[in-house]
Amino acid sequence: MAKVKARVKVPKKVAKGEIFEVKSLISHKMESGQRKHKKTGEKIPRQIINKFVCTYNGKAVFSSDWHGAVSANPYLSFHVKAVDSGSLDLAWTDDSGAVYKKTTKITVT
Amino acid sequence: MQSQKNKIQVSRRDILNYTSAGILAAAGISLFGSIVKADKKMTVHAVSKLAGGKEIMSGKITLELPQIAENGNTVPLSVEVDSPMTDADYVKSVHIFAEGNPEPSVASFHFTPASGVAKASVRMRLAKTQNVVAVAEMSNGSIFQATTEVKVTIGGCGG
Amino acid sequence: MRNLYIAALGVAAMTVTSIGTVFAAEDYGKYQVEDRRSGYTYAAKETQAIQDDNFENPAMLWVDDGSVLWEQAEGEVGKACASCHEDAADSMKMTGAEYPKHNPKLGKMQNLEQRINQCRTENMKAKPFKYESAEMLGMTTFVRHQSNGQAMSVKVDGEVAPFFKKGEAFYNQRRGQLDMSCKNCHGDNSGNMARANMLSEGQSNGFPTYRLKWQKPGSIHRRFRGCNKNIRAKPFGYGSEEYVNLELYVAWRGRGLPVETPAVRN
Repeated sequence: MAKVKARVKVPKKVAKGEIFEVKSLISHKMESGQRKHKKTGEKIPRQIINKFVCTYNGKAVFSSDWHGAVSANPYLSFHVKAVDSGSLDLAWTDDSGAVYKKTTKITVT
Repeated sequence: MQSQKNKIQVSRRDILNYTSAGILAAAGISLFGSIVKADKKMTVHAVSKLAGGKEIMSGKITLELPQIAENGNTVPLSVEVDSPMTDADYVKSVHIFAEGNPEPSVASFHFTPASGVAKASVRMRLAKTQNVVAVAEMSNGSIFQATTEVKVTIGGCGG
Repeated sequence: MRNLYIAALGVAAMTVTSIGTVFAAEDYGKYQVEDRRSGYTYAAKETQAIQDDNFENPAMLWVDDGSVLWEQAEGEVGKACASCHEDAADSMKMTGAEYPKHNPKLGKMQNLEQRINQCRTENMKAKPFKYESAEMLGMTTFVRHQSNGQAMSVKVDGEVAPFFKKGEAFYNQRRGQLDMSCKNCHGDNSGNMARANMLSEGQSNGFPTYRLKWQKPGSIHRRFRGCNKNIRAKPFGYGSEEYVNLELYVAWRGRGLPVETPAVRN
């Protein structure tokens, strides 16, 4: 991928107190650190997303630590309980320290 | 050019690994770097560290994995832990280990009562046929474990 | 089980095991037309599930990328694809089903990658995309995705006929150290096992396809190259005439199957 891209999917509307699923995808090679360079035999350094955090209206509701065994272009789904309308902020941090963010709106009826 | 760049990254990564290993070891959590070779013992050791002497119980965890993975690069995993997910009683974390991988740690999920349900799905890499282990840490400190074997197909046609 | 050695060359021998009858009675719905079945029907159910959900399909990240490129003005003329072709959902609706096409100016077949680059260099005065680059995969995946569900329908008669003949000859020609043709595996042995993998019919209706092995989408020419290497034959170049003609023939083999881009396969 030219640039790291993320996709997030949540239901269009949720009822207060309803538990809804958050699905996410992000384009990342997830270089595990286990592969060797074909010609030189040297280990290819690890370059993975190692941390994911989901914040709902400013409050951390779910997080995840990842290792080299998470597949390329990582898919993650989890659940959140609907409280108020507002924003769901997703952030992925990789080994280089880069943080990729994606925000999606939550409409609670 | 490429190998030069890689060398620099290796040394920086090593420093990071050793530093974080020190911090995590101090906090009583084990960390597996790629320094050690794959061994089932590594997962057993990690689980007992998490348990910290407490009994490791079975039940509560539903681990969904294919019996046979068509390709070890992308194996879908879904885990759910039975819990009311209230402030008084919830699942804090679920840790996933792949016993036969060079680095057994796969992922950890950290839930809160605001999660509503302790359920998560990812896709993971499995180096060969092996056991996948899920360990749940509950808010009252109790520990649950579930294990499922996944057979990994070794490809006949590459390309 | 019956083991049938199609070729034996030391450790490189490929074993084909006949288990095809097990699948005889299944209903494959839209993924089967007459006796032709999409690679989808040969995939594991977990792999099918990744393709089934447009959101969970990781190749959709490339479709997203392509949709941005579609709108992006590039080159001296300052035009984007959308400047002329407007809404891809309309203008590219049949593209994925109908390429490769004959180009009278060139006097030969042209695949989608080549058509995109012709547009870029001639109409946009922009640099061509490299084969298998993030940009080319983004654009081709996006364009063919617009044709999703359309029946594969390449033209094979008239001025196309001689190129179709060449593609057919390539498909049937034994090559490489294993002395095998495309047909040996994908025509004669689909549904059988080559070691641990089930051989499919080698249909192209899902390309660019996200292969679990590649951990990203790749073009049909990348797949051709991989197949050729498997039988220890020298692969042809990306965009070579040999492969474009083969692409045409393979598309015809899958006539009537729905475009599935981006498919997910092992």
